[in-house]
Amino acid sequence: MTDHIQTPAEDEHDSAYAGLLVNDAHWAFGTDFEDPLAGVDTTIPVGVDGPTLAAYALMLGDDALVMSHRIAEWTSNAPDLEDDIALSNIALDLLGQARLLLARAAKADESVVPALPEGSPAPPEDALAYFREAHDFRNVRLAELDNGDFAEATVRVLLFSVWRLATWERLRDSRDHVLAAVAVKGVKELAYHRDYAARWFVTLARGTEESRRRLLVAYDALWPLWPELFDTHEVEAAAAEQGVGVDPAGVREAAEAVLDQVLAAADVQRSEAPRRAGVLGRTGRDGMHGEPLSRMLAEMQSVARAHPRGQW
Amino acid sequence: MLSRPLEKARAVADKVTDPELPMLTLADLGVLRDVDVVADGHVVVDITPTYSGCPAMAAMRDDLVRELQGAGFVRVDVRVSLHPAWTTDWITPEGRAALAAAGISPPGPAPSSDGPIPLTLLPTARQVRCPQCDSPATELVSEFGSTACKAQYRCTACLEPFDHVKEI
Repeated sequence: MTDHIQTPAEDEHDSAYAGLLVNDAHWAFGTDFEDPLAGVDTTIPVGVDGPTLAAYALMLGDDALVMSHRIAEWTSNAPDLEDDIALSNIALDLLGQARLLLARAAKADESVVPALPEGSPAPPEDALAYFREAHDFRNVRLAELDNGDFAEATVRVLLFSVWRLATWERLRDSRDHVLAAVAVKGVKELAYHRDYAARWFVTLARGTEESRRRLLVAYDALWPLWPELFDTHEVEAAAAEQGVGVDPAGVREAAEAVLDQVLAAADVQRSEAPRRAGVLGRTGRDGMHGEPLSRMLAEMQSVARAHPRGQW
Repeated sequence: MLSRPLEKARAVADKVTDPELPMLTLADLGVLRDVDVVADGHVVVDITPTYSGCPAMAAMRDDLVRELQGAGFVRVDVRVSLHPAWTTDWITPEGRAALAAAGISPPGPAPSSDGPIPLTLLPTARQVRCPQCDSPATELVSEFGSTACKAQYRCTACLEPFDHVKEI
């Protein structure tokens, strides 16, 4: 792809705009944006089947993509500038994880990538993000809910990152070198996300009467989606069996031990709200989602879908 | 036979700076992992991302391609190296000095990231000195700053806010 990159003329180096106009690679969608796994050995490990690895990587990638988009919706809306920046950073980290994971899925089984019109410059990870329907997404339902207030964001980031970090601590030992490398880096990022949300959880719970009230409302509202995080889907079972994935059921104890530390510091009792049922037993991992995901995707995907051959 | 082109390619790549921290070269940042001349006029460069979503990666790649092509290498491939994962421990002493001179507090030693990562409910304990007045009286404003790799601090002596490259 480097053949396509043009070099600005010598006298253009001083102009901030020259490089932008000459070299499109700065922009994300519909450009010569190079493969995020360029040069990475993406050979599928012996004894692993590509479709299982791809389906598993899509699950982890969709969790990150959808959660990233929801958190990114906080940009310019957070209670103060520091938290606006913090949430944007968290969204950015998750978007980076999503990009690597969707690219990994596409390399493991290219049949998961939606076909695009001829001439579309969208790389496989963009095709997966922008050209699948809601029922093709495999994210957990916790990630897709409409945003609430800042307490809701705090609880959601806490539950999501406690669970994801506990899972990824084990994913570092994946037999798939790409997933292992993504997890090693992701663990460091998720630790910052989790601790940020945990501190706000304690601060809001021990703050004013109103902040505690809002926190408890958010906690009771989101807790019904916690058990779904630890359900073992058949893809996750197969990926764990083949040594590339983690069976989420096996990390529940570790995740709840961390969560209990936060609850104790916040003087909040474990919620007793019952789990949210699936539809005929089907949940996010089966492609069964609520209306909020469809609305979110309609907005997120609209530009890419309107201009599948777009270059800018 | 290739040793002189290799030296040249390394010298050129070593001068490329970080797009967000232009006082720092990619080599000083520890992002530039390897430079190799695999054939006449063909250079392969390995870089590693700092954070998974770091948007500066594309700019780093373009800068390396532009500089190496400008130095006469016709084909420049920039490859992503995911393993081992980047750590702030790879920032060189020269890089740390350049950060401090630019008013950015350099990172301390990175914490171990093996095994379960313990929960930290209190602000991260760091010995951070103000890069402006060198006072140790500093406080954390936020673990997230102007870029993915920085935290925001404030000096309680000279009252200046500043960035700290956070340890990973």
